[in-house]
Amino acid sequence: MDLNPRIPTGPIEKAWDDTKFNMKLVNPANKRKYHVIVVGTGLAGGACAASLGELGYNVTAFCFQDSPRRAHSIAAQGGINAAKNYRNDGDSVYRLFYDTLKGGDFRAREHNVYRLAQVSVNIIDQCVAQGVPFAREYGGTLANRSFGGAQVSRTFYARGQTGQQLLIGAYQALERQVATGQVTMIPRTEMLDLIVIDGKARGIVTRNLITGKMDVHIADAVVLGTGGYGNVFYLSTNAKGSNVTANWRAYKRGAAFANPCYTQIHPTCIPVSGEYQSKLTLMSESLRNDGRIWVPKAQHDKRAPHEIPDSERDYYLERLYPSYGKLSPRDISSRAAKRVCDEGRGVGETGLGVYLDFRDSIQRLGEDTIRERYGNLFEIYDRITGEDPYKSPMRIFPAVHYTMGGLWVDYHLMSTIPGLFVLGEANFSDHGANRLGASALMQGLADGYFVAPYTITNYLAGNKAESVSTDHPEARAALANAEGMTKRLMGIKGKKTVTHFHRELGKTIWDYCGMSRTEAGLKTAIGKIGELKEEFWKNVTVPGSGEDLNQQLENAARVADFIELGELMCIDALDRKESCGGHFREEYQTSEGEAQRDDENYAYVAAWEYKGAGAAPALNKEPLTFDYVKPAQRSYK
Amino acid sequence: MKLTLNVWRQTGPTAPGKMVRYEMPDVNPDMSFLEMLDVLNEGLIQKGDSPIVFEHDCREGICGSCGFMIDGKAHGGFPKTTVCQLHMRHYKDGDELFLEPWRATAFPIVKDLMVNRSAFDRIIQAGGFISVPTGSAVDGNAIAIPKSNSDRAMDAAQCIGCGACVASCPNASASLFTGAKIAHLNLLPQGQPEKLDRALHMVTTMNEEMFGSCTNLRECEATCPKGISIENIAIMNRHFVEASFAHRPTASEAGAG
Repeated sequence: MDLNPRIPTGPIEKAWDDTKFNMKLVNPANKRKYHVIVVGTGLAGGACAASLGELGYNVTAFCFQDSPRRAHSIAAQGGINAAKNYRNDGDSVYRLFYDTLKGGDFRAREHNVYRLAQVSVNIIDQCVAQGVPFAREYGGTLANRSFGGAQVSRTFYARGQTGQQLLIGAYQALERQVATGQVTMIPRTEMLDLIVIDGKARGIVTRNLITGKMDVHIADAVVLGTGGYGNVFYLSTNAKGSNVTANWRAYKRGAAFANPCYTQIHPTCIPVSGEYQSKLTLMSESLRNDGRIWVPKAQHDKRAPHEIPDSERDYYLERLYPSYGKLSPRDISSRAAKRVCDEGRGVGETGLGVYLDFRDSIQRLGEDTIRERYGNLFEIYDRITGEDPYKSPMRIFPAVHYTMGGLWVDYHLMSTIPGLFVLGEANFSDHGANRLGASALMQGLADGYFVAPYTITNYLAGNKAESVSTDHPEARAALANAEGMTKRLMGIKGKKTVTHFHRELGKTIWDYCGMSRTEAGLKTAIGKIGELKEEFWKNVTVPGSGEDLNQQLENAARVADFIELGELMCIDALDRKESCGGHFREEYQTSEGEAQRDDENYAYVAAWEYKGAGAAPALNKEPLTFDYVKPAQRSYK
Repeated sequence: MKLTLNVWRQTGPTAPGKMVRYEMPDVNPDMSFLEMLDVLNEGLIQKGDSPIVFEHDCREGICGSCGFMIDGKAHGGFPKTTVCQLHMRHYKDGDELFLEPWRATAFPIVKDLMVNRSAFDRIIQAGGFISVPTGSAVDGNAIAIPKSNSDRAMDAAQCIGCGACVASCPNASASLFTGAKIAHLNLLPQGQPEKLDRALHMVTTMNEEMFGSCTNLRECEATCPKGISIENIAIMNRHFVEASFAHRPTASEAGAG
């Protein structure tokens, strides 16, 4: 497999400008002759489809929801980073680049991260111009707040609904293009296969989720902005519909899957309350600005929180990491929470929880200020738990939130299949082994607005594709493949529901490939997943038919892919005999229990290549070099 | 606790529908309403029956996918709560509930509790945007926006497009949805160039999509899960009237090009 990352040469500060200048262009009058398919309409896909439409390309965009406005980017709460340095507190493009690379535990590509920091400033400008109502100071300028892993205040936000407002901005830009006819929007449709002709991505097979009809769509390039795979854990903060199917089908057609074991466990989520639980709800990391995290010093202390005096509380993040304190990065905060709970000091009925306490901030700033900053988050907490966080501290516990791994892409965001571009959380490129808070929105919009429109143009200009009919043998084969899988799922008529299998898978992955991992555990997991896969294909039950609206069928196909992905995650985690970021192998830790990287042997991107059903995937390595930021043991002490 | 559910079942847009009764013998008060329906559906699948179709995605009250009527109230009628965030502790043992889809001509039923809300997208296409192509923006701090305006725009922009306003309105009016978008953009300096056209085109499209008129009944405001105020409808009406009387030069009159 050819893993050419196409990293530009020359100084990193000029790399993106030089790359843009050296790109081929498409004459404005010729742009309408090209057709681009965009799958997924979140921040990355929606922004890209809108921007390509504005440039004059013919775009067809797909989403599985009933409207592009519902993509899961909408649920992001806290904010979006940008190196604006509006606070005059020492921020710069270089510092955002440095923080992001360090936050990712030196497992990301320097040039991608630098470009991300560079275009971050354009994103804020673009969003303000679209009418995104970012929080403002009384003087009318934009407000900022701090987020984990940074000592500057560079996070822009719209109350606790930043993702929603940014997505609505991209959605409105997209609908404007739909109105002009430049973009055709096809909602309630799922991508089930990628069509590769002469080695290039040339289209997709879709299933209409209302009628069950399968269709072939042909284009000159295909863009996936299809999000992450956190739902492999069953319980995660992802939306119920978020899935890996588009990415997984592309993997099976030859796109390498990179670093699948890098998953992010978010430190502040509402704890699980029962078996019926269908998803987990995040409490934004921004709450850590004003909330303090603690557990009782004594084990199994069952007193109510207000009965525990300060002297008997352990503010463990502030104790362990004095300089970053409660704003330590997510991987570090999550593991610290797990450790204190493992010690028997967790709170709540299950003992799997820590307190996030606003008592001191409410005393210092008043309840009104706290309400203005976090009102809607407090409401969410109250609604779910029936407890009032203004009066008693929140109980929180880590939960799966984001996946840094994804389809491998080069500097141009193109996968190992020419013509297949992958943006946002769906790719692996910018966050290394751990993503810093408020960086996912930044990356999604950077890819969609400011990177992909250039690199896709460059690709199209250099690859005048032959016209292809929807009857092409490869298209027909892909269609038959998708139809075959549906038929197979409908034909099993077993005894157990799709949700049963999904829960079992999630439990295995959480237990063995979650917050900490061991060689023996991962081997156990691979065995269990193999058995689960076998049982799934013998004993799953899918009611109804494939020819109409069938939510169980949609789920069954997604779970089938999650099972296979789960296996690859464990294989990847087993291969990586080091700890870095969200990947913590118990065998590899410092004497203080922190992650111990092995830069000599593992400073590479693991890009897995599909080798056919039943065959072991092949590992391809893209070495990572660090010319600007020297890798060091991350310290937030 | 024990609950009895009566759920509207309808196999397709033109098929006749009917209420079907289901007994829920063991509902946990900490479950969300949708988690209770998950449990019901698991049971139906095990028995070989077809599960109830309802729309949902984020289950955090922000994507706007979910929503149906519970006892005639959109999302169940609890303040600022979508049905995915509604927990069973609000009900008591022995309650009997009636679940129906949003009912409006502009929202045809797809199946069971799922409706087609694409009319909302078409209202946005008519003018619910600011025409600013990628790359053409000035610095984010170049135009200062008074905090109060920005906050009011944000209040309006919180709309999740769920359709509860339409479903709870006796006229099936989409004025709260449309008004919220017009107010969000028209309150900001960036929204000024297209202000009048936006109001005119969005209101016209709303009418063409067969939504009813607003008669100030305020049901929408009472059930809106984001607490959006009908003040936004007043802003919409003011800008619509202004647009109807204003002379707006066409592109050629204005000397474009």
